[in-house]
Amino acid sequence: MKGRQHIRKLSVYLLLTAFAFVFLVPVAMMLFGSFKPDDQVLAQAGRLGSLFPTEFSWLNYQDVFARVPFARYLFNSAFISLCIVAGGLLVNSLAAYAFARLQWPGRDWVFLVVVALMIIPLEAIAVPLFYEVTLLGWRDTYWVQIIPFIANAFSIYLFYSFFLGLPGELEEAARVDGAGPWRIFFRIVAPNAKPVFATVAILNFLTQWGALLWPLMVTHSEAVRPLPLGIATFYSLPPLQWGDIFAFGVMMVTPVLLVFVLFQRWFVQGVATTGVKG
Amino acid sequence: MTSSGYQPGKQNVRQAWLFALPALLGLLCFVLLPFVLSVIISFTNLRLGSPLPLEFMGFSQYQRIFTDQAFLAALRNNALFALIVVPLQTGLALLLALLINQPLHGMVFFRSLFFMPVVFPLSLVAVVWILVFAPGPQGLLNQVLETITLGSWQARDFLHDPAWALPAISLTSIWQGVGFQMVILLAALQGIPHELYEAARVDGADRWQQFICITLPQLRNAIIFVVLVTTILAFRLFDQVQIMTQGGPNHATTTVMYEAVNSAFGSQQVARAAAMTVVFFTIVLLITLLQRAVSRHERVIE
Repeated sequence: MKGRQHIRKLSVYLLLTAFAFVFLVPVAMMLFGSFKPDDQVLAQAGRLGSLFPTEFSWLNYQDVFARVPFARYLFNSAFISLCIVAGGLLVNSLAAYAFARLQWPGRDWVFLVVVALMIIPLEAIAVPLFYEVTLLGWRDTYWVQIIPFIANAFSIYLFYSFFLGLPGELEEAARVDGAGPWRIFFRIVAPNAKPVFATVAILNFLTQWGALLWPLMVTHSEAVRPLPLGIATFYSLPPLQWGDIFAFGVMMVTPVLLVFVLFQRWFVQGVATTGVKG
Repeated sequence: MTSSGYQPGKQNVRQAWLFALPALLGLLCFVLLPFVLSVIISFTNLRLGSPLPLEFMGFSQYQRIFTDQAFLAALRNNALFALIVVPLQTGLALLLALLINQPLHGMVFFRSLFFMPVVFPLSLVAVVWILVFAPGPQGLLNQVLETITLGSWQARDFLHDPAWALPAISLTSIWQGVGFQMVILLAALQGIPHELYEAARVDGADRWQQFICITLPQLRNAIIFVVLVTTILAFRLFDQVQIMTQGGPNHATTTVMYEAVNSAFGSQQVARAAAMTVVFFTIVLLITLLQRAVSRHERVIE
């Protein structure tokens, strides 16, 4: 019996290690490749034994800064994502609170429409939205990448579900003391809803940080383009130098990985809660 | 007093509207309006910068796209991509979740590791995997396959081979996305009451029987959700195609979204692109309704 358990344990670890290998190799290839001379990256790509560079060089990193405005892309990505996340947290939580706790005529009908909007992905409306922002003269700006994405039906739904589950007594007590809805929301509801704020922030941040389709459609100058578009153009920019591309990739993913490592528990919980309502 | 809050006084109704207004305005202008517009535009001949007057065209944009070989190939590719990715990714996510759910040391480490690619932008993942699929014996995957098959593998140029390009993109997508599904299934696994397993053990059920009779039925809703999300994502496929293959070789990896974007920007045919996105939305809607139907079915059984 004991022996069988050991074998079970061992096989679980063996399987997990095999998978871990598959998940790590492409990342290691990128990380180590970014320190190799360009021609070696491709030449050694097939040999796992020479994955590790024989000598470390920062040359590729210097090349990236020389060839493209990397710092600009990074700033643009951070600025756009943070504006959407911050604006979205405020606007969507307020709306969700109105749906979950306030009484107004037409509320349930409007909420039904909001829930229905959840299933319209950006891709389905990208073309007319593009036409719309062209008419507005918004193309090739920061705003065109921020404003359309602040209001988000799915975020409203996540906030709404959470607010419904909050006990009403505290709000009730505050109301008896004469506090208005704004005061109640900012002083009592919001401080008790930190987990859902974290979930919404993380999910939105991941989507926006990786956004490629929309920036590709509406921007053409490097002053406002974000990182994903940066790596797409960098990849198609001759000469094709894998060391440089990987250095770009490492710098692109490091900020998000740092955030992930620091707030890991929140990431995992955040994603897990999206499935609960399924 | 229920939890539903204020009585509707005039003052309070205005306050409530103020709470909801910014988000509602945003959704109205940037989701609902474009959605309605896309349906309207798809029945016209709208082209950016065209001197022709705007005309109502009925269903002719739809007739055109459904006789266009590239668009039909795109629909087939999306369906094929979903057929590869949905079962493989869901199955793999379930396997990983089951492994990680074992009461052993170091599981948090493995969970983080498998989840890590989810925080990688797809555009970056696509670029890195181009090198994994590099042609000839230089390529990592070619090399691995040659080692596994003891040298009988013929090195291929995966991304330029019509038979292999779409499976290659599928593999890339699974690598990036499986951690997301795994975390959802893991949460569902941990929500299964322990008493169920204890009762089964008392009844003498072995591990396999426990898996079939308890774990799978208890995970049903989570699995349906994961399948739905993955299927919809499969029809949204764009980033990997844009970076890895540009729809090629010979339309082997083009997708509905890739065709729509190309129509709108390559040839400024906004109406044609709108018709494509309406088709895309209809597919997403059908998948969602199907999922609702399956879930409701289950509630009736319970």
